[in-house]
Amino acid sequence: MRNNLILGTLLTSIFVFAALISFVWTPFPHTAMDIPNKLQSMGGEHLLGTDHFGRDILSMIMVGARTSIAVALVAVGIGMGLGVPLGLFAAAKHGSLVDEIIMRGNDLVFAFPSLVIAILITAVFGASAINAIIAIGIFNIPVFARISRGAALSLWKRDFILAARVAGKSAARISVEHILPNVTNLLIVQGTIQFSLGILAEAGLSYVGLGAQPPTPSWGRMLADAQTMVTIAPHMALVPGLAIILTVLGLNLMGDGLRDYLDPRLRVTRI
Amino acid sequence: MVRYMLKRLASLCISLAVASLVIFTVIEIAPGDPASFMLGINAQPETLAALRTELGLDASKVERYLSWVGGLLTGDFGISYTYRTPVAGMIAARMWVSLPLAFYALLLSTLIAFPAGVFAAARRGKVGDMGVMGATQLGVAVPNFWFAMMLVLVFSINLRWFAAGGFVGWDKGFWAGVHALTLPAIALALPQAAILARVMRSSLLDVLGEDYMRTARAKGLTTRQTLWRHGLRNALIPVLTIIGLQFSFLLAGSIIIEQVFYLPGLGRLVFQAISARDLIVVESVVMLLVFSVIIVNFLVDLAYAAVDPRLRSRA
Repeated sequence: MRNNLILGTLLTSIFVFAALISFVWTPFPHTAMDIPNKLQSMGGEHLLGTDHFGRDILSMIMVGARTSIAVALVAVGIGMGLGVPLGLFAAAKHGSLVDEIIMRGNDLVFAFPSLVIAILITAVFGASAINAIIAIGIFNIPVFARISRGAALSLWKRDFILAARVAGKSAARISVEHILPNVTNLLIVQGTIQFSLGILAEAGLSYVGLGAQPPTPSWGRMLADAQTMVTIAPHMALVPGLAIILTVLGLNLMGDGLRDYLDPRLRVTRI
Repeated sequence: MVRYMLKRLASLCISLAVASLVIFTVIEIAPGDPASFMLGINAQPETLAALRTELGLDASKVERYLSWVGGLLTGDFGISYTYRTPVAGMIAARMWVSLPLAFYALLLSTLIAFPAGVFAAARRGKVGDMGVMGATQLGVAVPNFWFAMMLVLVFSINLRWFAAGGFVGWDKGFWAGVHALTLPAIALALPQAAILARVMRSSLLDVLGEDYMRTARAKGLTTRQTLWRHGLRNALIPVLTIIGLQFSFLLAGSIIIEQVFYLPGLGRLVFQAISARDLIVVESVVMLLVFSVIIVNFLVDLAYAAVDPRLRSRA
């Protein structure tokens, strides 16, 4: 549906713009405390209210968007950068021991949900945004490996690949020149979905204190702060929650829309 | 079937071995010595050496790995660095919160997703279908811990139907325990139910397009009969896989949800252990979580083979 694509792109762009604008301008400095004006509700001088330190919530949401987007984007990059070559390689060597090892390795990583990977990494190296990126990124690798392998396997049976093999091209060249361009659409769509899952995962990790550390604002930690205040200042929980929901919804709608737009026959597994 | 099971069993053992090796290695490269961490910076070298021997830190890495795995197999998880009590006991007490929570959420998720998915598939393209699909689109976008906070705000603070946090313990009776876990389970189940309902719907739609469904209709069965007798059973295969996958998300997700409700489960244990650098506890909890996920996926594979005979012969 074309509407999905438009609505999704619109929602996503709002948050991307908010993140970009925050580099040059925010309504208030996002770390500035203003205790006399703490816990103000929405709609006053502070459009989205203030938190328990009197910090402007809109400014924190804008800067927090930066954290969420950066973490999720780099994590998708890691997943694609390592997962796609692995998947294409496994498909080129289909049925061999290498293929089996790569796929079993995939299953193994799947047994470590990103939160468990994050716990392991933070237990050893401490909590930080970088470690959150690594934890989410590692979990993205098998997703991209599996999907590119699956798509590549069906392409390898096609006539134009056979023609390329007859012409004497190596498996590596065929993978790069013929397989990769044909799975790009699929990867873009899956990338959008993993991006939205990354935003959710980052929020969860920073909520439990395993993500970006203060004073870097993040939506998840804003929610952790809001939890003790939820009875007296529900807007502190509502605003970051809605920011997460709208961003994730936007990305998912965009992914669905892109899938239908790029190729109506494509079916992407959503995990 | 026997051959298939043996093959799966072998790959199960390899997975567990590799997973334990990975976890052990990661914990091994952690900076700092547990013994000096426990005793502080003013410890005497002799005391330190004695404690190192007591904790078994003197042995070679291979010996320590083998004794760790051996301990896991016999239920001896070692001694906590901070509490000086057996880790197995600490974990066992917390398991009784986290595991029931994950299963409760899985049950709720399935109970919501099945009717929703079947309903949407049966009304494909109509208002009911669009409503369900819209709701699931929203469901997957909601962070479960935020949803949990909203549930607390509405049902605990305003309506006072449930406690806002804490756990009464199973000794207060089964239903008291279930009551305490209800809000957390709903919060955990909702996003998973949304995913499951989508899978159920699309899997059912795939099956509805099959020739045998038309045959069933042609021989005179009603729409409802074809759906229940032939459609559902075949549509269940992909759904089973997703349920297996969801278990791992629910177990990991319960770690976060426990923070919202102050539940004394594995999540609380692991976060306390991280801040106290009690790595042996972290190591064991992580291994336990991974172990459960691998076992559940193994069981799903077996269930898969039981439902779909083609998979057995392919192995």
